[in-house]
Amino acid sequence: MKTENQKAWFFVLPVLLLVAFNALIPMMTVVNYSVQETFGDNLFFWEGLTWFEQILRSDRFHAALGRQFMFTALILIIEIPLGIAIALSMPRKGFWVPVCLVLMALPMLIPWNVVGAMWNIFALPDIGLMGYFLNHVLGINYDMTQDPVAAWVTIITMDVWHWTSLVVLLAYAGLVSIPDAYYQAAKIDGASNWSVFRFIQLPKMKNVLTIAILLRFMDSFNIYTEPFVLTGGGPGNSTTLLSIDLVKIALGQFDLGPAAAMSLIYFAITLLVSWLFYTLMTKDDLN
Amino acid sequence: MQKRSLVPILYIFFLMLPIYWLVAMSFKTTNEILSGFSLFPQTFTLEAYKTIFTDPTWYWGYINSILYVSINTVISIAVALPAAYAFSRYRFLGDKQLFFWLLTNRMAPAAVFALPFFQLYSAVGIFDTHLAVALAHCLFNIPLAVWILEGFMGGVPKELDETAFVDGYSFPRFFVAIFIPTIKAGVGVAAFFCFMFSWVELLLAKTLTAVEAKPIAATMTKTASSAGYELGLLAAAGTLTIIPGAIVIYFVRNYIAKGFAMGRV
Repeated sequence: MKTENQKAWFFVLPVLLLVAFNALIPMMTVVNYSVQETFGDNLFFWEGLTWFEQILRSDRFHAALGRQFMFTALILIIEIPLGIAIALSMPRKGFWVPVCLVLMALPMLIPWNVVGAMWNIFALPDIGLMGYFLNHVLGINYDMTQDPVAAWVTIITMDVWHWTSLVVLLAYAGLVSIPDAYYQAAKIDGASNWSVFRFIQLPKMKNVLTIAILLRFMDSFNIYTEPFVLTGGGPGNSTTLLSIDLVKIALGQFDLGPAAAMSLIYFAITLLVSWLFYTLMTKDDLN
Repeated sequence: MQKRSLVPILYIFFLMLPIYWLVAMSFKTTNEILSGFSLFPQTFTLEAYKTIFTDPTWYWGYINSILYVSINTVISIAVALPAAYAFSRYRFLGDKQLFFWLLTNRMAPAAVFALPFFQLYSAVGIFDTHLAVALAHCLFNIPLAVWILEGFMGGVPKELDETAFVDGYSFPRFFVAIFIPTIKAGVGVAAFFCFMFSWVELLLAKTLTAVEAKPIAATMTKTASSAGYELGLLAAAGTLTIIPGAIVIYFVRNYIAKGFAMGRV
């Protein structure tokens, strides 16, 4: 049992100050911009909720948001089952375990713009390994700078390459925590592989999978650098995800008001969906 | 058993392909890269690496990156340790709300904060220093470190604390001499994660620096646009950015699975 101790606040004070400095001040700046209009020279005019209304009604925002949800949904549908499948087929002990884990974690430690640049080089139609293979060996006409479908396939493959290991490592951590006795009992009962998975492995992985889904949702919903370096949002606007569009508005057109309003709406959506995921997935524990 | 191990092997093969391509390209001459497809470097060259190790704008990029990542890791762990202890051992007013608020900071897209961060750090007067980037990265690394450490500390029985206090240890001595060594695996894992997220982040690092503290990844983007498209050089610089991560991951290899589960299995 935890004891009640208000002095514990002194322990969390440094964390609170540092994070508040980084989170609250910039957030207030964003809120400030979102209700004003500026024409430069530090002159600001009160605009009220105009920008919020404008963003919520704009087709451009709806399109970017739609693409963002499609991207996140696709990578979750691919990465979560794939990650579980790979974790299930990994060895439980022995020499190969750390080797597998280190190699699998490697993509996550590469700076995000290098990931984008790397996949760009990899996908070049005539001189990249993947581009050459698809075009000249399989005979598929593949060029992600021209074809939106190819661009989408490339950014989805890149994200699967980059982040499936996170799901693998989490699911694997859940799996190795299952005592052998559980499996022996299942064997005596004559349980099939499926029922072992459904009634022993899956429930044991539930906690870590909740973390995996939440982290993957948050990070993929906020993704910016990798697709920006890889496709630059093109061809046309076909891979312009929410963050990319936001940066275009804020730094490209320097429309600070609309960009700030869009940031806040964006943040609110992320919070809301994360909260929904979290409550749905931990609902059983509370009952 | 044989058939089962095929899945991880295929998966690792898929993971290594783009990395292989990057490394292979770094050893090719620009001519060879642009003239057509070749699976292995035909004329093996170290020219690109030589450029990087002799040109200060290149190698300072690496030093800058490693400096701010290290500062960030030290700050994050130092402040997260007592906070995680408080969360794992005590109830206090607003503890749950505070914990949740910390985690929400991971949800804010960095793109949202780029411009306000620039203004904030310019106003404070530390724009274009390593400290600025290190402090900015605390935004997402401190919550993560608190989360991981709290998970590991939750696994340490409270009796350890109580016995130490009965034995006459003062709190600071107990914390440094007994408690931290007990959870050193957790500290290692948390440090690894701070290093990793600070190392891979670029948007904020690029926004907060100009010349003095410019990260290597930003040097790469500038070169790509100004000096034409020198793919070999770009590939060599990219290859070199993989190495620090690979070294760090080697040290935590035995804790990595539990570490990714934030100690909550």
